[in-house]
Amino acid sequence: MSASATSAESTSFAARINHPAARALIERHRLRWWEVLPWIAAIAGYFIFPGYLGFGTELLVAILFALSLDLALGYAGIITLGHAAFFGAGAYTVGMLADHGVWSEPITGLMLAALVAAIVGLLSGLVLLRTRGLTLLMLTICSMALLEQAANMAHDYTGGFDGLPNLPITPIFGVFNFNPLYNNTQYLYALAVLLACFVFVRTLVYSPFGQSLTGIRENLLRMHAVGAPVRRRLIICYTLSAAIAGIAGGLWAQVNAYVNLSSLDLDRAATVLIVLILGGYGRLYGAFVGAVVYLALEHFLARIYPTAWQLGLGILLVFIALFARNGILGLGEALWRRYGGRHKPSAPS
Amino acid sequence: MAALRRQAQAVGAIMSETRLETRGLTRHFGALVAVTGIDFKLAAGARHALIGPNGAGKTTFINLLTGVLQPSHGSVLLGGKDITATAQAERVKLGIARTFQINRLFRGLSVLENVYIPVAERMGVAPSMFNPAGKRTDVIEEAMYLLEVLRLGDVAQHRVSELAYGRQRLVELAIAIGLRPGVLLLDEPAAGVPSAESHIILDAIERLPEDIAVLIIEHDMDVVFRFAKRVTVMVSGAIFAEGTPKEIEANPEVRAVYLGQAGARAGDHA
Ligand SMILES: Nc1ncnc2c1ncn2[C@@H]1O[C@H](COP(=O)(O)OP(=O)(O)OP(=O)(O)O)[C@@H](O)[C@H]1O
Ligand SMILES: [Mg+2]
Repeated sequence: MSASATSAESTSFAARINHPAARALIERHRLRWWEVLPWIAAIAGYFIFPGYLGFGTELLVAILFALSLDLALGYAGIITLGHAAFFGAGAYTVGMLADHGVWSEPITGLMLAALVAAIVGLLSGLVLLRTRGLTLLMLTICSMALLEQAANMAHDYTGGFDGLPNLPITPIFGVFNFNPLYNNTQYLYALAVLLACFVFVRTLVYSPFGQSLTGIRENLLRMHAVGAPVRRRLIICYTLSAAIAGIAGGLWAQVNAYVNLSSLDLDRAATVLIVLILGGYGRLYGAFVGAVVYLALEHFLARIYPTAWQLGLGILLVFIALFARNGILGLGEALWRRYGGRHKPSAPS
Repeated sequence: MAALRRQAQAVGAIMSETRLETRGLTRHFGALVAVTGIDFKLAAGARHALIGPNGAGKTTFINLLTGVLQPSHGSVLLGGKDITATAQAERVKLGIARTFQINRLFRGLSVLENVYIPVAERMGVAPSMFNPAGKRTDVIEEAMYLLEVLRLGDVAQHRVSELAYGRQRLVELAIAIGLRPGVLLLDEPAAGVPSAESHIILDAIERLPEDIAVLIIEHDMDVVFRFAKRVTVMVSGAIFAEGTPKEIEANPEVRAVYLGQAGARAGDHA
């Protein structure tokens, strides 16, 4: 709070750049110490819970999927309930190519999954992103249902309702096999893919492009009035988000060695939305927190209370909606700000 | 900025003194005629005030100039070129910027980010995806400079929604100035600002580069007469009178239609 009282002319370039607000923005993208914790935890988990690597792999896929949604919904404010369309597009790309003996190498398989999902995202985005709000929400659900029906009807290629089981996925680098009994390879592979995608998304959201996405989210009309090509930005964001969702779907198909209609149904789309809202959207790590909490609830609570666990989830969601609009992470941030000792001015993303 | 100014002057000299012009500009909302048959010229370097009673169509007129609304009839010309069909964002690139009567800010973002966005947009930085926003210290520096000019340096790091309305109003102005427009349209920039702070806004407006054409909608007659070299009075969607502040002040019809009412309203507020 030093440079403010003096008049603008008397302060220099250096003084403006050294203003606390400027410094915060200049250093915003720098890695903070706690950002390595999730990855340390993921690697530690590999050694400490060898019996839970299947669950762990599922968790990593869920995080990646939620991360893709965070880019579109959390950063650009694109309200969608049809994100499983892209997850499914990626999953079926991997599944069909492998099942029909066309392509079964996993890493390039994921690239193809990303490409196909991106094309689906681009084409649907060109149409859907003319609308906003509830109309957009309905249209995203509709286009996903359309894709699901198409997958259901194209039985010869997709296996229809039964899906495609026992996908022949070749070993990674020709060496590391996906063993269905031990998920070691799957887990580490999923972790590597998540890390690569996370670095991409993190770079993107801290870029000027990412900043303009938050501008669109915060005030669409004003964004037009500062001369931003809003629709083009939204379509680019939606396409990239779809590509990452496609990678998540392709990964899911590879590590499970099957693909079926559950990869692109409303249940999956709703779940990823719940995961993101639970963790907190528009803050990167919400996907991590949300996925851990949701899957832990599903996995362990459902085992103890098979019928009632969703009641617990519902109560948690109501609590989040009423008292913690920014999810668990947002609640944590608010508590930290209030009781963390130092009274810092808020520094939103 | 000097280059920009020189270029603007060259354009002004070659084309004509008129920067922005409308011909027969008309806009209906269903049966309601909000703006009708407006022939209007804004000269390069103008300090022009637009006044008129509530509902006269002033904001609608600005919306037509900026492309927020499409006219029912008539055309808008910038530097002699027809821009009636040009989209809003494109018009900004051509140098038309505005502020809104009711704040339209990036409410969840910090004050600095609110100004970073338009400056980055103007400099063509915004499409960049793989470099951190913080690496563009030129954008940040200019945004900070604008904030200091508007005495917002001390709250640069605050979330804009945490600011008092009067200071949010300054951010609204900073966003428009950050676009370095050739034509600046200000829709009641000081509305809702405590009088103790309104001078900051007016000072900033007075210190704008001289070649910018400024159109200001303002109800406060002191401000109008202090700032404007030309005044247009709008009533019921049409131009009622136009002239120098002295002429407008002396015009008995204007006094009857508008000034008396404004006086009464000022009385209400007091
Ligand atoms: N989008 C719209 N749809 C329908 N009617 C509108 C719309 N915008 C403005 N109007 C109407 O057009 C008329 C002119 O409104 P406008 O906002 O332009 O007035 P104004 O001169 O800016 O008034 P004020 O001084 O109160 O801001 C009003 O009767 C208003 O109700
Ligand atoms: Mg108005």
